[in-house]
Amino acid sequence: MKKLQKFMSLALACTLTASFITGCGSSESSEGTNNATTENTAETSADSATTGTFKIGGIGPVTGGAAVYGLAVQNGAQIAIDEINAAGGVNGYMLEFKFEDDEHDAEKAINAYNSLKDWDMQILMGTVTSTPCQAVAEKTNQDNLFQLTPSGSAPSCVQYDNAFRICFSDPAQGYASAQYIGENNLATKVAVIYDSSDVYSSGIYENFYAEAQNQGIEIVAAEAFTADSNTDFSVQLQKAKDAGAELVFLPIYYKEVALILTQANDMGYAPMFFGCDGLDGLLAVENFDTSLAEGVILLTPFAADATDDLTVNFVTKYEELYGETPNQFAADAYDAIYAIAAALEQSGATPDMSASEICDLMKTAMTEISVDGLTSSNITWNAAGEPTKEPKAVKIVDGVYTAM
Amino acid sequence: MKMKELNKTTKSNLITYALVIITYIIVQIILESGHMSSLMEGLLVPLCTYVILAVSLNLTVGILGELSLGHAGFMCVGAFSSAFFSKCTAELLPSGLRFFLAILIGAAVAALFGMLVGIPVLRLKGDYLAIVTLAFGEIIKNLVNVLYIGIDENGMHFSTKDSISLGLQPGGKTIINGAQGISGTPNDSTFTIGIILVLITLFIVLNLVHSRDGRAIMAIRDNRIAAESVGINITKYKLMAFTISAALAGVAGVLYAHNLSTLTALPKNFGYNMSITILVFVVLGGIGNIRGSVIAAVVLTLLPELLRELNDYRMLIYAIVLIAMMLFNSSPKAIAFREKYSLKKLFAKKSAKEGK
Amino acid sequence: MSFISYLINGISLGSVYAIIALGYTMVYGIAKMLNFAHGDVIMVGAFAVFTIVSTLGMPIRLGIIVSILICTVLGVVIERVAYKPLRNAASPLAVLITAIGVSYLLQNVALLIFGANAKSFTSVVSWSGIKLADGQLNISGVTIVTILACIVIMIALTLFINKTKAGQAMLAVSEDKGAAQLMGINVNGTIALTFAIGSALAAIAGVLLCSAYPSLTPYTGSMPGIKAFVAAVLGGIGSIPGAMIGGILLGVIEIFGKAYISSQMADAIVFAVLIVVLLVKPTGILGKNIQEKV
Repeated sequence: MKKLQKFMSLALACTLTASFITGCGSSESSEGTNNATTENTAETSADSATTGTFKIGGIGPVTGGAAVYGLAVQNGAQIAIDEINAAGGVNGYMLEFKFEDDEHDAEKAINAYNSLKDWDMQILMGTVTSTPCQAVAEKTNQDNLFQLTPSGSAPSCVQYDNAFRICFSDPAQGYASAQYIGENNLATKVAVIYDSSDVYSSGIYENFYAEAQNQGIEIVAAEAFTADSNTDFSVQLQKAKDAGAELVFLPIYYKEVALILTQANDMGYAPMFFGCDGLDGLLAVENFDTSLAEGVILLTPFAADATDDLTVNFVTKYEELYGETPNQFAADAYDAIYAIAAALEQSGATPDMSASEICDLMKTAMTEISVDGLTSSNITWNAAGEPTKEPKAVKIVDGVYTAM
Repeated sequence: MKMKELNKTTKSNLITYALVIITYIIVQIILESGHMSSLMEGLLVPLCTYVILAVSLNLTVGILGELSLGHAGFMCVGAFSSAFFSKCTAELLPSGLRFFLAILIGAAVAALFGMLVGIPVLRLKGDYLAIVTLAFGEIIKNLVNVLYIGIDENGMHFSTKDSISLGLQPGGKTIINGAQGISGTPNDSTFTIGIILVLITLFIVLNLVHSRDGRAIMAIRDNRIAAESVGINITKYKLMAFTISAALAGVAGVLYAHNLSTLTALPKNFGYNMSITILVFVVLGGIGNIRGSVIAAVVLTLLPELLRELNDYRMLIYAIVLIAMMLFNSSPKAIAFREKYSLKKLFAKKSAKEGK
Repeated sequence: MSFISYLINGISLGSVYAIIALGYTMVYGIAKMLNFAHGDVIMVGAFAVFTIVSTLGMPIRLGIIVSILICTVLGVVIERVAYKPLRNAASPLAVLITAIGVSYLLQNVALLIFGANAKSFTSVVSWSGIKLADGQLNISGVTIVTILACIVIMIALTLFINKTKAGQAMLAVSEDKGAAQLMGINVNGTIALTFAIGSALAAIAGVLLCSAYPSLTPYTGSMPGIKAFVAAVLGGIGSIPGAMIGGILLGVIEIFGKAYISSQMADAIVFAVLIVVLLVKPTGILGKNIQEKV
């Protein structure tokens, strides 16, 4: 036991020293002592002023169960960064991008954020998922650092004036979905299957429920599942079927929807399926039998097989680099980087400014710009941080998205 | 001279306290001089949280000798009850008093749950006990996820369906919003408070271990039947250790909840994964070895953060390091190898020769 | 009518838990360790079949055989490298921690190789199953195959353990390693064989799990793994028929809980039933009561 303690204390001492060093000098110092490293940090920030790069940080889950979203954002953002740099940067300044893992956990997200601060991040593009985003928003507000989340959809993600987002908020999606179903008279009896352990899903569901009453939609079954029991949906589907639902609303992600569609097919239950932006990516699931998704309608700002030049260009590049079809998270991230670039250009910020100075300029600039992105053309932002864009309803016909 | 008069356990305890206090002083000096990286600064409170969790779980696993896989559940209870309290009284009480009360509430509620869970669970043995604690942890997490509590002028409203069925009056607000949890908890946790709580935890656990009660608990661990035959009240002592352990986990939960502005019960932070993570600290630090738990919790919390430079390979390397550390620390062969080549032994040989 | 259909759904979900639990309980019975990496070996097995059948376009039978081989080798390697050095460690928990380490390792290797995107698994069972009551009730082909596989494996394992020398050696090792060694049994070999069989079963379980619920990610195995562990405990861990009963019971409870009590609290209901069963019968449904000696 004594040996063990000795070993452990030694390890502890080593890691602690190492952490101070790597922490302070994460820029590029390799000096040993603490004094030397702080000098180095000063030097490197001076360096970046002369070479002129904006340091943009990103945070999202790249390991763990939510990795699929974080990886998509990381990849999508990287493509945008490379394009902008290849085209000569923003006002002649290059962009530098670094992405940190948060494992879809608020505490780890704070760690990732602090680690990016040690890297002298000036602008944050993140975080990808809602819960960590709320925690990080608190910190960026304290530090007055500009934050643009690609996909943090909970209302409180952008509650401070330094935070903006690309995606629709959960209330907006729930509201828009109910309205769309009501106005187009798609159905009067609706069942909902949602993930009660997920912020995104339960947020949309609640707002859908509230608006459904105004639209004269009757919710005949509202069945939940949780992250721990997300393989078998036979009960939820059976209940929807027994209640006579003509339409099943799925405010969830495509991984579960792929299973729901398969199981509904096995049961011989074929209502109309309606989903939100989380459904995008369904057709890209490797080896998925797309005939199951025939007739599914989704309100999504992005469809990977749209034929406009911007989308085609992005999708081709993404497939080339990462070997898979991008989903809406990648598209949101791509637009986020372009929005940051546009706002930087508008504000006239320079890389030698502090993060706080840039933030003050960006707050105003964000409300002045308009971005033609993958997720919508002509996106504008209000001071509350919400984007103004039109949700597109698309229907899956013959295995491809078709605009409605 | 005086040190010699102290007995061995007191000395060992003092070393543990000294370790914590010295670390605190060093960290404060670095903080004051502005040399601390943001990452490390942000990690200070989580480190305290994990140290408390590891020490408290060691009480169950090491001292009481029962494998618990539901420790995160007690942490969850402490976190949610205290965050609820703080959110409700955010404008009514000064922050110091509010946090003090929050800690007491977190500890008390977790202790209550510990007792409720402990009464049935402690009748079981070994792996069956482990799986039932895991089950309780998951039940707690699941229930917290469907809990909706709101406040308006008519008082509190509860629901387990959704926030709409709370039926709040206009102007009322939802405090716990199911899966969306509690957001906007005041950030009251500081490193100093964290260290004080770590010291209190150590004080409670170390004193318990070396008290009459502690010896009774360890007697149960070593041989239940023999302990029973000399008149030790098995249920009482088992329940005592389990409840204290749960209460301390609740305190860690309070610290956790007041360090982040948003609190949700995800599988990642309050599921069995977290319970297992804490168990890893305890086993790696040495079962029953309190100081070991402190050190292991610090090392293993820092490790993935220090590996951030490796990007995609981070968790892969973490897994390999975890396996390697475990093999190095616990495998009988590795222990024999280390003893053969340990510095102490080499020195001892030399001095023995010189002595001759 | 819906009651019967819930029951059928419960049995299909339960049959998947049962087949995973068989591997779990087998390893636990002999090696007396909770192999937390078992769920991830299942995931590896499923990915092996996916790669061979869907990506390389080889026949399904070949895919299953190769997958079983890969998992068997993997199981033996894991045992040799991560578990064996700790077999005589001071604390039995040490090996539990390396098992968790192995679980993280397998997940992250799979994440690096296959990415995080869900893959749709092509069912290895093409038969669409039996339709009853004018197509109102449908027992899917996968369910029937899974249940048959469970029964075949259960009988085969029972025969193997009771009728063969190697099986008897396993029993002896599980009773008392020291005494078994004295009787000339190769303890290391026997435990390695146990892991080999357990991992081969994991490969089969992976294929059937993903045929029933065709969504494959690096984290596919972990939750069913835990549920199967619960099922094994419910049935009496170490007991082979117990694993099957526990698994099917767990599936039925989960579905009934969702259907008749609350779909939000399905997990809590499953675990609550487990607790009640263990309080009434502390070693599970078919578990042996071990008399404690002073």
